[in-house]
Amino acid sequence: MNIYPLLIEMVQVLILLSVAPAFVGWVRVLKCWSQGRSSAGIFQPYRDLSKLFSKDVVLAENASWIFRFTPYLVFGTAVLAGGIIPILSTDLPLAATADIIVLVALFAIARFFTALAGMDIGTAFGGMGSSREMTIASLAEPAMLMAIFTMSLASRSTSLSQMAQAVLSGQPVLRPSVAFALLAFILIALAETGRIPVDNPATHLELTMIHEAMILEYSGRHLALIEWASMMKLFLFSALGIAAFAPWGISQSDDLLPVFAAFLFMAVKLGVAGVCLVLIETGLAKMRLFRLTEFLGSAFLLATLGMLSYFILE
Amino acid sequence: MNLTIAANINSFLAALVLLTAFGMLVQRRMYGLIHLFAWQGLFLSVSTAIVGFVAGKHHLYISSLLTLSLKVVLLPYILHVLIYRLRIQKEVDTVVNVPLTMLIGIALVIFSYHLTAPVRELSTLVTRSTLAVALATVMIGLLMMITRRHAVTQIIGFLAMENGLFFAATSATYGMPLVVELGVALDILIAAFIFGIFFFHIHTTFDSLDVEKMARLKESD
Amino acid sequence: MMLLTLLCVPLFAAIILAFVGDRRYAPEINIAGSAGTFAAGLGLAFEVYLYGPTLAGNKFFFVDAFNVYLAVLTSFVSMTTAVFSRRYMRREREHGRVGSIRMRFYHAMFQVFIFAMLLCLLTNNVGVLWIAMELATLSTVLLVSLYRTPTAIEAAWKYFILCGVGIAQALFGTVLLYFAAEKVLGEGGEALLWTNLSLVSDRLEPTVLSLAFVFLMVGYGTKVGLVPLHNWLPDAHSEGPTPISAVLSGLLLNVALYALVRCKVLVDGATKTHHAGDIMMGFGLLSIIVAAFSLLRQKDIKRMFSYSSIEHMGIATFAFGLGGPIATFGGLLHMLVHSLAKSAIFFTVGHASQMHRTQDMEKIKGLIRGNPLVGWGLMLGVMAIAGMPPFGVFTSEFLILTATIKDAPLLTPFLLLGLVVAFAALFRRVQPMVSGEIPENQKPMTVAHLPVLLHMVLVLLIGLYMPEFLNQWFHTAVDLLK
Repeated sequence: MNIYPLLIEMVQVLILLSVAPAFVGWVRVLKCWSQGRSSAGIFQPYRDLSKLFSKDVVLAENASWIFRFTPYLVFGTAVLAGGIIPILSTDLPLAATADIIVLVALFAIARFFTALAGMDIGTAFGGMGSSREMTIASLAEPAMLMAIFTMSLASRSTSLSQMAQAVLSGQPVLRPSVAFALLAFILIALAETGRIPVDNPATHLELTMIHEAMILEYSGRHLALIEWASMMKLFLFSALGIAAFAPWGISQSDDLLPVFAAFLFMAVKLGVAGVCLVLIETGLAKMRLFRLTEFLGSAFLLATLGMLSYFILE
Repeated sequence: MNLTIAANINSFLAALVLLTAFGMLVQRRMYGLIHLFAWQGLFLSVSTAIVGFVAGKHHLYISSLLTLSLKVVLLPYILHVLIYRLRIQKEVDTVVNVPLTMLIGIALVIFSYHLTAPVRELSTLVTRSTLAVALATVMIGLLMMITRRHAVTQIIGFLAMENGLFFAATSATYGMPLVVELGVALDILIAAFIFGIFFFHIHTTFDSLDVEKMARLKESD
Repeated sequence: MMLLTLLCVPLFAAIILAFVGDRRYAPEINIAGSAGTFAAGLGLAFEVYLYGPTLAGNKFFFVDAFNVYLAVLTSFVSMTTAVFSRRYMRREREHGRVGSIRMRFYHAMFQVFIFAMLLCLLTNNVGVLWIAMELATLSTVLLVSLYRTPTAIEAAWKYFILCGVGIAQALFGTVLLYFAAEKVLGEGGEALLWTNLSLVSDRLEPTVLSLAFVFLMVGYGTKVGLVPLHNWLPDAHSEGPTPISAVLSGLLLNVALYALVRCKVLVDGATKTHHAGDIMMGFGLLSIIVAAFSLLRQKDIKRMFSYSSIEHMGIATFAFGLGGPIATFGGLLHMLVHSLAKSAIFFTVGHASQMHRTQDMEKIKGLIRGNPLVGWGLMLGVMAIAGMPPFGVFTSEFLILTATIKDAPLLTPFLLLGLVVAFAALFRRVQPMVSGEIPENQKPMTVAHLPVLLHMVLVLLIGLYMPEFLNQWFHTAVDLLK
């Protein structure tokens, strides 16, 4: 058995763990620039994490095992997801066994437990955050699946590696279905990773927070793990978008040189993705919660249109 | 230009036309609607010009120009002026249940695909696949006229329908004969003047352009 | 040559009237223009009678027995309407309901409307047919809202929007028709010419044509006012000035039906089934029944007669859908007599409502005593339109009924039910209006005698004795529509 793919898989997970905070840092730096503030630097998220790791955990009296278990689970699913998405190479052992639907399910498990943990303590904010999160999830997931199905129709596979390969090997053509799916994906990714206009990752304002409300009771290393996992989630969604829609540069073999080149490509593409994200976030205002149905409804619409236009126009 | 590339661009433009149709279905603000309408006209005009170039049908250039001047410049301008003059920018049009409207819209797309299937099989043109989109645009324009009870949005829905018809003509047959296209354009132009006059009449009589207020003529019992 | 005159006279009249339409002598110009049109129409009919169907203007126009008879009818009714409108509009002006600009607009648009209908009838190009139909709608929209009352504006808006939507469907149908034709006839304007299409109709793709017919049916059916696409019709016909109601009811519906029948001939040729006919029969029957029951509930006099128009258009559509020589003959005759009788009724209704300054039937009384011509005109007109012998409508309805009993016996009860209910509904309302003492709100006025008399005499004559040339004429048309 060839050992290289396994090695690349491990390298990929390591990259995920180490680069994700830097990516979040990059987004924050860009945001500071765009607003004319001085930034704390790209490496601030690392400092935050190490600070949290060194603090004690404070648990509520009535916290059950779910509350203690959730941070590890959330972190674990994020790491596992890093093994499925082709970040450096399409030749991944895990990607062969787990397709994109598994990926969605992994994110769903993480969200499910986060919501449970939010309610576990019994505080008002936790429950509110959980209910909001599940509302969004119930709308975002069908749209996400729709977008994925459109992509898998175009590449005739649900495996992410094969999707990337199909795009890499095919002619560069304008496909309406793919364009629709991309638009839908961007909307969903904004919702899933809790960015503006759906949620504001920087706020702790009681009326508007969603994700932050659920994890309000966490502290110490638990909080560190959850924060780290959410950083990875942002990274993973960017990587997923890149793998599905712009996989150029991702290595198709196990040789060292293409893999290294893929790393450079990844860095550049992530940089661009960060710029796009900041542009979207500065361009839009946060939506009212009740408008979210429309926002995610249009994501669903776009995904469905993508699927329809695959049949109608291609 | 390569034939497949042209077909590709054309179907992409068709997708954009459909997207703008859906955008109009859910857009709340008046100016937003007009801009979407202008964009739709632009996509249409570009698509017509491309088809004309590929198929070597020069009369399509004329219809493309006609679309450009009428639907991208003139009609949006007239609507802009009317909205400004009548001061109805803020008259926000409440859309009944956006997600439901969207779902109906999707159903209409599927329906038109089903309906045009026999035509699609018979056609040999580069553009044949866009016929379903054209019919869907017509249907969505119709849906817009039904769901939105405001005179201006109804008119925009009407014009969007006309766009769909025009698109159908280019995609099914490489455009109708020139006499017909010119005649249709003339009719639209006259219609534009008439609805302009109408807006003023309705506004002075009902003090609003909300069509809901026009409900005096009911069947009496 | 005659054809060109026929189309140019109304256009010139429109241009002149656009400038002088508010002068004292404007109604006379209007009448002169319409009379000229009628004369040209008669001349054209004579040419067709002598030399048979002709093509003209680089195949752009086409005249055969079917459309020339409708063209003559159109020009005739528009002439008598112009005569009626002289008195009627003068009175409206005295009441201050219209100003001078609106008079100019009214006269010019009246002529444009007639031009559009004639173009619709005479053109050979199916695309131009659509354009002319749309033009006919557009030219009357602002006439419906002439009085600028809230209800008139509402009615006109409804008319504009619903007919616009409907006619758009017809354009889609036309596109599909062209798509099918292009395969056989090649690209360009030739493929939309009706004469070419009817020659090759058996080679057109049947699936495409049956799809096209659905759209054409919905589109032109809206203009015919068939249920369930009829919503605009009672409003538009009741809120506009009465001369406009008369031409809308009497002529425009005919023209739309003409377009539908022309399309049906093509579709039948291609599909070789009775598919299109079945659709038309369904729409027709539904219109008859729904309109008949709606007649019962009406309070506004013009609204009631608009529903009656829906009913009669339903009958004619049903007849053409049924097909066969007798039914088609009946349908053609029905179009003729309905349009004569209905416009005569609208003339009397217009005067009656002017005398009482209301359209509410409860308030209109004692017409025979107040003004015998209006009273008896209305009474006889209703008798004619309800299908009492010896009027022409009886003949046509009898023919259609006979054909139904023969070809579709199961549908006969429904047809009869519709006719009987309509009959009862009309008489229930008209009886109190014409009889009784003169009420206080009735004011005497001078009325236009000629149009009413002329129409009623014609309807009666056709019922009593069908002239040989007319008979032959219809037979030729029936052959064309086979």
